[in-house]
Amino acid sequence: MEIEFKNFDDCVIAYLKGELDEFTAEHVRLSLDTILEDMKSLGSSKLVLDFKEVNFMDSTGIGVLLARYNKFSKFGVRIEIKNAIGHIDKILKMSGIYEIMPKLAV
Amino acid sequence: MSNEIEVDNEFTVYFDAKLENEGFARSMVSAFCLQLNPTVSEISDIKTAVSEAVTNSIIHGYANKKGKIMINVKIKANVIYITIADNGVGIADISQARQPFFTTKAKEERSGMGFTLMESFMDALDVRDNPDGGLIVSMKKIIRA
Repeated sequence: MEIEFKNFDDCVIAYLKGELDEFTAEHVRLSLDTILEDMKSLGSSKLVLDFKEVNFMDSTGIGVLLARYNKFSKFGVRIEIKNAIGHIDKILKMSGIYEIMPKLAV
Repeated sequence: MSNEIEVDNEFTVYFDAKLENEGFARSMVSAFCLQLNPTVSEISDIKTAVSEAVTNSIIHGYANKKGKIMINVKIKANVIYITIADNGVGIADISQARQPFFTTKAKEERSGMGFTLMESFMDALDVRDNPDGGLIVSMKKIIRA
């Protein structure tokens, strides 16, 4: 999985690309935790996860997201989710992720 | 669940319980299932369920130590039977493990949603002790033309 970050005035957008499973999870954890450090020093308070190019995610992804929510919210950074479709959207809904990471209308 | 049926097509593979084989496992099973002309959504259901069972074998069953995972897929008419077995530690309380959000590894960022997703995405799920030690997960998916 590749992640590209872009800084905007009001948020940072993380463009995720590829498959999010146990094999790629550690890379996602590390990348997002690194950007949290940058966001803290920049005073940025919103991270948007763009799932447009994610073609697979299983429950490992839910674990990664729940843990990021806990970490990021400690520093007042909220996370929102954009462009999750099909199966990934279904898994995010089923697991209640959208209740803590709102789904952005596109 | 599928031992006594006469099947139209079948394959069995054994592979190392390594994380890098997760993508291989789900792609292999879904490629075999394409002969029934499933929808994109049905294929995603199968891929997710296979990924959950294989992850469970690697992370829980073998706790990232060496081991083998067996996958058997049978096709009979429009029904797919998938069996995924390991010789890991097994699960002490299977019905508890099947509850949503139950995990023994919360500190490792596990969601505990694996069996819930398998159950939701497949038409039947059976989880039992492997007589040879470990766990056997059997799933059924009906391809609705």
